[in-house]
Amino acid sequence: MSIMKLTATTAAIAITATAAAARDNVQVAGSSTVLPYASIVAEAFGENFDFPTPVVESGGSSAGLKRFCEGVGENTIDIANASRAIRPAEVEACAEAGVTDIIEVRIGYDGIVFASQLDGPDYTAFTPSDIFNALAPKVMVDGALVDNPHEMWSDFNADLPAEEILAFIPGTKHGTREVFEEKVIAAGCEATGAFEAMMAAGMSEDDAEDACLAVRTDGRSVDIDGDYTETLARIDANTNGIGVFGLAFYENNTDALKVATMSGVEPTTETISTGEYPVSRPLYFYIKAAHLGVIPGLKEFAEFFVADEVAGPDGPLAAYGLVSDPALADTQAMISDEQTM
Amino acid sequence: MTDASAPSTPVAAPKAKSLLTQDDRTKRRNAAEKRFRAYGIAAITVGLLFLVSLLWAIVQNGTPAFTQTFVTLDIALLEEKLDKNGNRNIEDIKKVSTFGYSPLINDALIAATADIETEVEDGDLKKILSASAAAIVRDYVIENPDQIGETVEFRLLTSSRVDGYLKGRVTRADLARDKNLDAAHLDLIDAMVAAGAVEKVFNWDFILGADASESRPEQAGIGVSMLGSFFMMLVVLFLALPIGVAASIYLEEFAPQNKFTDLIEVNISNLAAVPSIVFGILGLAVFIQFAHLPQSAPLVGGLTLTLMTLPTIVISTRAALKAVPPSIRDAALGVGASKMQSVFHHVLPLAMPGILTGTIIGLAQALGETAPLLLIGMVGYIASNYPDGIASGFLDPNSAMPAQIYEWAKRADPAYYERAWGGIIVLLGFLLTMNIIAIILRRRFERRW
Repeated sequence: MSIMKLTATTAAIAITATAAAARDNVQVAGSSTVLPYASIVAEAFGENFDFPTPVVESGGSSAGLKRFCEGVGENTIDIANASRAIRPAEVEACAEAGVTDIIEVRIGYDGIVFASQLDGPDYTAFTPSDIFNALAPKVMVDGALVDNPHEMWSDFNADLPAEEILAFIPGTKHGTREVFEEKVIAAGCEATGAFEAMMAAGMSEDDAEDACLAVRTDGRSVDIDGDYTETLARIDANTNGIGVFGLAFYENNTDALKVATMSGVEPTTETISTGEYPVSRPLYFYIKAAHLGVIPGLKEFAEFFVADEVAGPDGPLAAYGLVSDPALADTQAMISDEQTM
Repeated sequence: MTDASAPSTPVAAPKAKSLLTQDDRTKRRNAAEKRFRAYGIAAITVGLLFLVSLLWAIVQNGTPAFTQTFVTLDIALLEEKLDKNGNRNIEDIKKVSTFGYSPLINDALIAATADIETEVEDGDLKKILSASAAAIVRDYVIENPDQIGETVEFRLLTSSRVDGYLKGRVTRADLARDKNLDAAHLDLIDAMVAAGAVEKVFNWDFILGADASESRPEQAGIGVSMLGSFFMMLVVLFLALPIGVAASIYLEEFAPQNKFTDLIEVNISNLAAVPSIVFGILGLAVFIQFAHLPQSAPLVGGLTLTLMTLPTIVISTRAALKAVPPSIRDAALGVGASKMQSVFHHVLPLAMPGILTGTIIGLAQALGETAPLLLIGMVGYIASNYPDGIASGFLDPNSAMPAQIYEWAKRADPAYYERAWGGIIVLLGFLLTMNIIAIILRRRFERRW
């Protein structure tokens, strides 16, 4: 008898649960690069307002935007974090599910840095051409486009150490990978003349651009699908490895890592905000406008996120490693006007 | 054949050898046995070595998480900063955000270090404090508005780097290129430790507290996700136990033996071996996308883990029922009991210790499971609010202990690494307790026939 009672009780709980799904907290999901910033803001928001602390899940930019576009309603997330801008295809998918009004908020910029073991080889200065020569499947050698023969960094640039090439780069599901490909590999492709050689060999411009983004697959370039902590562990185990990190992660681990300059510019929040350091990208979050006024605290959270005291140059986000956006005032105005894309 | 070909040799004549001297063959056999024993001991030794080194690593890395460095500060709660109108209106006081409290704390730090010779600039002093300090002072002022204008003693967390220094994790050399703290701060800390203002004490907040953001690992605790695990285990217990026991009793005692029940049996055994991530995808599709239950809720986590635990409980319950000798059933039926009476009055009570043991082992397995929780949104900065009540405990977003440990291990600040190990100690404590309860139940109530 008691067993039957238990079953009845649990069934009752399950039913009331479905009915009582109304929620009073903001739900955020998306990019693992934006997660630290969003969690810092969520915590400060919970401390300063009477609303409960928002919930921030990770999972990657694409996964977050996909969940964002599932529809409108209390069972869908309110904000998607992204380390890249939303794509037209995603906007369409959103519109099909009824998510038509989206507010795009740029919170600042993030630098992508190349770092290696603190007491490892002297990887202190790179150019996009160096990275391209080391990691592309086809490179220019003596004016001809050939399969990448390079095994040592010194094979193509005598200034670099005579160490085996080994790089740990973000896997394709990361937004960071896209920036790495476009700002480093593609730039190196053009700078070394490989792009022109591909065009001359009869490739169309689009094909050549795609070919320029490729990375060699013979094991010298390793995709890391996990987080930066995994890259750090691989760097720890491989003296001659270089890894791709976010600036904030590097700044929290300066006891184990040393950073390399890119085209002679050292990555700091200053050089990134002026645009001198070439490998940086804007960070975004997207707000579902239909949820404003329905989910308590959503607008307040968005406004708090981009407030000067939070996202400004002296705020906690900048202290953690975010490069603050000089046009923050425009973003603040956009949120208070609920201006959609 | 051999006898026929060599008739002259005496057949099986007893040799004049003593039983006590070993011939070659016996020696070889004994040596083989000795070798086998040695292999066994070697295997156990290797296993024990792994266990010891694992436990050593966990204890070594995890115990620092249970202590935390605090600094005692006298902070002047200035009326002109906190309540400009001077009417102690709570709404006006709440308008001053944590950012408004930072100058007060900085002034208090300057005053506290006035007697100490230091190279640290006044503006940089706050780097020794946790970012949580302002929130603690603000909460206190909102609770006690009458204290505005007074000077109050606060016990505040130091930053994770300072804490790491006192725990030996951070050295002066590590800070050479660190923008969060300088070596000069450490000299200051040494002086403050000598003066008794800074001390390292046991930190209950690690066991009972909520998760913190990435900028302040010193504040993070596993308490809220422990509650999340607790509510999930309640769901698993109240669903998996009755369903699992009912299913096994029917299959074992009542069901006819045919192709269909055979199919069910095979499937149950197979389900027990299905990787747990598969149940996560199932939970996402069925409970969240189809049934529209809330994201990240312990209820959904519990339902998903119930699916995972059911086969374990069914298998162990059936084993326990099988172990009850048929003579008990026959005797009950012989004195006129119905089939159901014989099961519920005689077989089930005798099988109970086995069933409970199996259930506890199943629960322990579910408690340590992370993979399904990844898919139903229980990883991230989630365990930040204590649930308001029982319903909110089931429905509000929360994490679970193993998911929290996984999340900490991912974070950038090295101080989170230590907390991940500390979390493992807490989790292992729970698992050990559950397994000990299972053993005690078995020892105490088990019947042998």
